[in-house]
Amino acid sequence: MVEEESVRVVRCGGSELNFRRAVFSADSKYIFCVSGDFVKVHSTATEECVHILQGHRNLVTGIQLNPNNHLQLYSCSFDGTVKLWDYVDGILIKTFVVGLKLHALFTLPSAEDSVFVIINKEKPDVFQLVSVKLPKSSSQEIEAKELSFVLDYINQSPKCIAFGNEGEYVAAVRDFYLSVYFFKKKTTSRFTLSSSRNKKHAKNNFTCVACHPKEDCIATGHKDGKIRLWRNFDDDKKYTYTCLHWHHDMVMDLAFSVTGTSLLSGGRESVLVEWRDATEKNKEFLPRLGATIEHISVSPAGDLFCTSHSDNKIIVIHRNLEASAVIQGLVKDSNIFTGLMVDPRTKALVLNGKPGHLQFYSLQHDKQLYNLDIIQQEYINDSGLIQIELTKAAFGCYGNWLATVEQRQEKETELELQMKLWMYNKKTQGFVLNTKVNMPHEDHITALCFCNAEKFENPTLVTSSKDGHFKVWILTDDSDIYKKAVGWTCDFVGSYHKYQATNCCFSEDGSLLAVSFEEIVTIWDSETWELKCTFCQRAGKIRHLCFGRLTCSKYLLGATENGILCCWNLLSCALEWSAKLNVRVMEPDPNSENIAAISRSSVGSDLFVFKPSEPRPLYIQKNISREEVQWGVFVPRDVPESFTSEAYQWLNRSQFYFLTKSQTLLTFSTKSPEEKLTPTSKQLLAEESLPTTPFYFILGKHREQQDEKINEAFESELVQLPLTENIPAISELLHTPAHVLPSASFLCSKFVSSLLLSKETKSSEEISEDVDMEEGKESDDSDEENDFTEKIQDTNNTDLGEDLLHQLSKSEEKELRKFRKVDYSWITVL
Amino acid sequence: MGEFKVHRVRFFNYVPSGIRCVAYNNQSNRLAVSRTDGTVEIYNLSANYFQEKFFPGHESRATEALCWAKGQRLFSAGLNGEIIEYDLQALNIKYAVDAFGGPIWSMAVSPCGSQLLVGCEDGSVKLFQITPDKIQFERNFDRQKSRILSLSWHPSGTHIAAGSIDYISVFAVKSGSAVHKMLVDRQYMGVSKRKCIIWGVAFLSDGTIISVDSAGKVQFWDSATGTLVKNHLIANADVQSIAVSDQEDSFVVGTAEGTVFHFQLVSVTSNSSEKQWVRTKPFQHHTHDVRAVAHSPTALISGGTDTHLVIRPLMEKVEVKNYDAALRKITFPHRRLISCSKKRHLLLFQFAHHLELWRLGSTVATGKNGDTLPLSKDADHLLHLKTKGPENIICSCISPCGSWIAYSTTSRFFLYRLNYEHDNISLQRVSKMPAFLRSALQILFSEDSTKLFVASNQGSLHTIRLLEGSFKHLHTFQPQSGTVESMCLLAVSPDGNWLAASGTSAGVHVYNIKHLKLHCTVPAYNFPVTALAIAPNTNNLVIAHSDQQVFEYSIPDKQYTEWSRTIQKQGFHYLWLQRDTPITHISFHPKRPMHILLHDAYMFCIIDKSLPLPNDKTLLYNPLPPTNESDVIRRRTAHAFKISKIYKPLLFMDLLDERTLVAVERPLDDIIAQLPPPIKKKKFGT
Repeated sequence: MVEEESVRVVRCGGSELNFRRAVFSADSKYIFCVSGDFVKVHSTATEECVHILQGHRNLVTGIQLNPNNHLQLYSCSFDGTVKLWDYVDGILIKTFVVGLKLHALFTLPSAEDSVFVIINKEKPDVFQLVSVKLPKSSSQEIEAKELSFVLDYINQSPKCIAFGNEGEYVAAVRDFYLSVYFFKKKTTSRFTLSSSRNKKHAKNNFTCVACHPKEDCIATGHKDGKIRLWRNFDDDKKYTYTCLHWHHDMVMDLAFSVTGTSLLSGGRESVLVEWRDATEKNKEFLPRLGATIEHISVSPAGDLFCTSHSDNKIIVIHRNLEASAVIQGLVKDSNIFTGLMVDPRTKALVLNGKPGHLQFYSLQHDKQLYNLDIIQQEYINDSGLIQIELTKAAFGCYGNWLATVEQRQEKETELELQMKLWMYNKKTQGFVLNTKVNMPHEDHITALCFCNAEKFENPTLVTSSKDGHFKVWILTDDSDIYKKAVGWTCDFVGSYHKYQATNCCFSEDGSLLAVSFEEIVTIWDSETWELKCTFCQRAGKIRHLCFGRLTCSKYLLGATENGILCCWNLLSCALEWSAKLNVRVMEPDPNSENIAAISRSSVGSDLFVFKPSEPRPLYIQKNISREEVQWGVFVPRDVPESFTSEAYQWLNRSQFYFLTKSQTLLTFSTKSPEEKLTPTSKQLLAEESLPTTPFYFILGKHREQQDEKINEAFESELVQLPLTENIPAISELLHTPAHVLPSASFLCSKFVSSLLLSKETKSSEEISEDVDMEEGKESDDSDEENDFTEKIQDTNNTDLGEDLLHQLSKSEEKELRKFRKVDYSWITVL
Repeated sequence: MGEFKVHRVRFFNYVPSGIRCVAYNNQSNRLAVSRTDGTVEIYNLSANYFQEKFFPGHESRATEALCWAKGQRLFSAGLNGEIIEYDLQALNIKYAVDAFGGPIWSMAVSPCGSQLLVGCEDGSVKLFQITPDKIQFERNFDRQKSRILSLSWHPSGTHIAAGSIDYISVFAVKSGSAVHKMLVDRQYMGVSKRKCIIWGVAFLSDGTIISVDSAGKVQFWDSATGTLVKNHLIANADVQSIAVSDQEDSFVVGTAEGTVFHFQLVSVTSNSSEKQWVRTKPFQHHTHDVRAVAHSPTALISGGTDTHLVIRPLMEKVEVKNYDAALRKITFPHRRLISCSKKRHLLLFQFAHHLELWRLGSTVATGKNGDTLPLSKDADHLLHLKTKGPENIICSCISPCGSWIAYSTTSRFFLYRLNYEHDNISLQRVSKMPAFLRSALQILFSEDSTKLFVASNQGSLHTIRLLEGSFKHLHTFQPQSGTVESMCLLAVSPDGNWLAASGTSAGVHVYNIKHLKLHCTVPAYNFPVTALAIAPNTNNLVIAHSDQQVFEYSIPDKQYTEWSRTIQKQGFHYLWLQRDTPITHISFHPKRPMHILLHDAYMFCIIDKSLPLPNDKTLLYNPLPPTNESDVIRRRTAHAFKISKIYKPLLFMDLLDERTLVAVERPLDDIIAQLPPPIKKKKFGT
C-alpha cells in the first residue's frame, strides 16, 4: 500500500499560528494564518480549518490578499518564493522565485504587478525593504529577480513597516526612530526620539507602526506603553505628535479600523484597547483575552478584528468588541515540565499549556481539544513574580485517573508542593479533582507513575522524591458513611540508604516496581513492598528507567547521566548488555517491545530504536534535529501502517513524536501528517459551502431524521416518509449549480407539483401501499448511499438525485434528466 | 574663592500668589501677568524674560481679565466692577472706570483696537470706546441671563462670541443683538453634572468658535449655523483657558489638572487642502489649575494657581536651537524682597501685606569645610509689621545700622525708627512725612545710615537726611526734561558720594550727592538693568543686565574699566549667557577689592578680576575640590568665575562680614506645600 519512501522528520502541526498577523478574506468569511510551512484557511464563523495551503518548503513568513483579486492570496516564505493561491479551492496558482530569504510580505493596490518584501542582504542584522516585480507569465513557476530597493536598515518584523495613504508613503520604525519614505517625492524623513539613558526616556523604543487608512497619520507603539500619533510628517520641522498612554508595558501591535475612526492596540496586559477618534478619553476595552496580544488585524470589510496571542491562539472579535471565535493551536508559552503524554481516552497529546493548565491537543486535527485548569488560581502576569508551576503529570488506569504535581519555590528553603489526583467523570466527560495532597514529600518530586496492570483492581500510584523516599499511594474508601466517596492515601514509604529517589517505574504486569536511587536501581515487589534486589552500575545517576514490554518484559533498562545505557536481566539479576550512549529521551512503545532513545551529540540529536533483548538497534537515524530534543512519546496509531522494510517496522503500530527545545513538535513519517487531515477537511468544506438558507436547516434536520427513520423503518412497517419524499428534489435543486438551473419560475411549478403529487399518490393509491412501502425502503437505502457518496465525492455530486427520482412522475423525471444532460455537457465542455 | 561661614536661611515664608491672567502683546513682545492679589507684572520676552515692571496689588482689586490695546495700552478688569488702565511709564494706575454691571468676568479688545468689551455678572455685555486718554461707555448688548465669563471678537470685528453658563451666545456688533445661542452639553462622562461653565471662547476668522468648559470639553462650533462641529473630551476636570495663535493654526488650552494641551490645524492628507484640528502634545508643567494661557508666535505660555509662569517654546517655530528653545519656569519676582542690616545681623523680609524682621542665629562652634555647625542661638523673629489699608507693599528697606525701616505702598510712605534695649525692641513711626513722599518704587539707605534715598514714581529721586527721630529733606533730583520714566534700581557708594539710579530701559544715571548734581550717565544698553552696585574705594559701578552681561564702569573716570573692556572683547562664557534667571544682587568683599559677588536664583558667583577669563572651551562650572588637587592643575583650570550652586532657589545672598555670608533660600516644595491641594488624579501603580 505505502511506497517505501525514506522516513524523514517532519513538522507535524502545532506550529505557531501567531508568527505573523492573520489576514481576513474580503468577505470576512475566512481567516488566513501562517502555520509553519503552511497557510491555514479557517472559517471565521465555525473556527474550523477549511484548507491548508501547502507548497512552501520552509517557514511561511507573510501572507497578504491579492489586492487586485480578493479571491487570491500571496504568501512568502524563507524558501525564497512568493506563491499565489486560490484560497477558495486551495490551489496553488503561481510561484514566483525570488531566491532570497523573504522575511515579510506587503501588497499595495496601487502597485499592481509588484509586492514588497523584507530581505536581508550582506550582514545578518541589516534588513531591507524591496519591491519585487512579479512578471506576467502563464507558466507555473516564474523567476522574479527584478528587485528595487526602498528602505534600508529596517526592523525585520513586519509590524515595524506600514504603508499609508494608498501607498503614497511607507513608514518604518527601528530602535528610536521613525523613517517615512515618500514614493512620489522619493525622499525619506526621519524622526528620532530621545534615547538618553535617564529613566524618563529609556523606554522610548519603537515597537510597531500602523498607518491611518484615510488621513496622513502614523501611529507608533513604544516600549513604555505609549502610542504616538504622528502628523505633518511630510515636513521635517513642523511634524507633531500626540501621545496616548494606557498600556503599562510594551505596545505589541497596533491597527486602525477600516475607516480609521478607531485605533486598536494590544500588549502584555491581554486587553484589546479601542481608541475611538484617537482621543485619550474615548476608549473601549476587551479584557481577559488570556495571553499577550502579539498581533492585531482588521478585516477589509470592517466587521471583524482578530488578535493573535502568545499562547498560539487567534481570537476573532466582532466590531462591537465581542469575541466570537477562538482558533487555538498548540500552546507553546511556558516551559514544558510534564513532558509529552498521551491521554488513553482521546489519544490526545497532553502537556503543559497555559500557565497552570494541562492542554489536550489533538494531533489528528492539529487543534487543542481542551484545557484542564490544574492550579486553579488567577494567573498574574508580571515579570519577576515566582509562579506556581505544574511540574509533573501522569495518567493511570486507562485514563480514569490523572495525577499532577505543582510546586512553587520562592527561596531555597521554602518549597510549596501539592499533588492532585483527578478522576475522569463520564457524565461531564472531564477530570474532576478527587484528592489534594499538600506536601506529599519534603522535597521535589522527581517522578510519578501509575501501576497500569490489569490485575490490580486497586489503582496504585508511586511518587519518588529528592527527599530520599518513594511513596505508594492507593485508592481507598473515604470516610464517607455511604462508602461511596473514594480518596487516595499513602500506603507505603520506601527508602534506600537516604539516597535521593530519582525515578520510578512499574513493570508491565505491575508485579515489580523499580526505583532508582541516584546510581542504584532497586526492585520492589509490589504485593508486599519488599526490596527484591538492587542493581548498581556505578556509572552516574540514573536519568531514565524503564521496563521492557511484551516478550522483553524480563529486561530493565536504565540510562545514566554519564552516557551509559544498561540493560539488566531481571531473571538472572545480571547486566545483560550496556552501551555507551548519552540518552536524553527514552520512551517505550506501548504496543511493541521497541524502545526509542534519543541521544545528544555535538552536532545534533540522534535516534536509536532497539529491543531490550538485543543490543543491536533496529533503526538509527542520525541528526534528527539540530537542537536538543527534550521530550518524546509514542502515540498508538488508529490504523496500523504496514511498512514492509524491516527498518521501518517500528513505525507500524505507533508513531513517535518529539519536542525540541524551541518547542517544535516533530515526528517521523514518509508523508506529511497533514495529508491525512485532508479527507476530513474536504468534507468540512462541502458542508461549509452549503449556504445557511432555510433549506440548509431543513437539510440538516433531514439528515438527522433520516437516520431515525431508517431505524424506524426496520422496526415498523407503517412508516410514511412525507418529508424525505420531498427532500431529494430539494437537494437536487440545491446541488445543481445555479448557473445551469432553469429559471426559478420554470422549476417552481414542477417542484410544487412534485410535492402535491406524492401526497396524492399516498391518499388516492392506497391499494399499492405495499409497493409504496418497498419504494420507501429503497429510497431510504439509496439515501444512505447518497450520504456515503457525498462524503466521498466531495461537492461534485450533481447526479445524486438520480436514484431518488422514481418518487416523481415519469414525465417530470424525463424533464429533469434533460436538465442534467444539459449541465453534463456544459461541464464536459469545460 | 575663599571659605565662608554661611547663614543658610530658610525661614522666609514667602508664597507668590497664583497667576490669574496672562496677556501677550505681539507688537512689543511683552507679557502682562496678573496675579490673584491684583499685582500686574510685565515681562519683556525679548530681554530674556525679564520682569521689567510691576504694579502692586490691592486687596479689593482681584483681576479677572487683562488685555492690551493698540500695542501699548494695558487694561484690566476685575470683580470690583472697575476697568483700570495702567500707566506703563510712570508705573501707576492711570484711571479706573466703573462699568456698572457688577463684577466683571471677561474683557476683550476689538481687533482694530478701538473698542473694549466687558462681560459682567448681571449678564450684560458692555461696549466701550477707547479714546486716546480714556475709555468711554458706548452701549449695552442684549442682556443675557447669567454672567458672561468669556468673550471673543471675530477677527473682522463684526461678531462676538460670549461664553456664559450652559450656553454660548453670538452677537452681531452692529445691532448688539444675539444671533445664535448654542447650548452646551452638561453631561460629564455620562453623568449630568452641575452647570457647565464656558470658561473660554475663541472666534476664528473662518467662523469657527472654539469653547472650553467646566466639563472638560473643547468644542468646535459653526457660528453660521450655531451647531456643534466637533467635541474633544480632554480632561476629567475643568478646561479653564484658551489662547489661539495669530495665524489661527494652533491653539492652547489649560486644564484644572495642570495639563496644557496643544491643538494644531493639520492637513488631513498631504495633497488635500482639507484641514482638521488635532490635539497634539500635552504638557504637564503645572501641578494646579492652569488659569491662563497665552500663545506667542514661538511659545506657549501658561500660568496658574501653582504660581509658576511657564514658557514652553514650540520647537518647530524656533529657528536656532539655542537656549531660547528651552523651557522657562519663572516662579520668583526679579526684584529684591529682602534687605539686610549687616551691623546687627538683621534680615527684613517683605511680604504682600506685612514685613518681618529676623535676627540671624549665631554659633560658637567651628568646623571643617562643608560642616553644618550647630546653632548656639536660634534665629529670632523680632518684628511683624502689618500695613494699614488694602494696598500691597511695593518696596522696603532696613538701614545698614538696623535702626531704620522704611517701606512704601502705592499711596503712602512709612518710616520707622527702631530702638534696641538689650533684647527689647521698640518701634517708633516717624510721623509727618512730607507730601511729596507718597509712593516709592525703591528705597535705599546710605552705608552710614544717615541718608535715605527714595525713587518716586514720578521719576524723581529724593534725598533725605536722617537724624535721631527726625529727618530733613535735602534735595530732589528731578528727571531729565521730557522723560517720565521712573527709577527702579538704586545704588549708593559706600563713601556716600555717589548715587546710581536706573530705570526700566534707559541708561544708568550717576549723581554726585555732595554737589547734588548729575555726574554722568552710563551709555544706554539694549537690555534692562537687573542689578547695580558701587564698589568701595574704587567707586566702580557694576551693572548686570538681563542678557547676563556684566559691566564695570568707573564713576570718577566716567568710562568703562579696563577689565570690563577686556571681558566685552572676549565675550562671556556661553554657559554664563545661557542662564535663565537674572542677577538680582551684587555686592563686594571689603578686603578683596578684586572680587565681585553676585547671584541669581540658581547660583552664587564670585568674579575674581585678577584671574584669566574663561573661554568657551574651559569648564565654567568647576566644582574644584580644593584640597586634593595639585597647585599646577588648579592654577591652570582656575578662571575668574567661581560658581557655587549649593543654594537654590536663592532669593538673597550678601556678605555680612569678611567671613560670613547670608543666603536666603526658598525651596519650591515648601511653596507647593502651602498651596491648596491639587485635583487628585489616579496614578498608575499607586
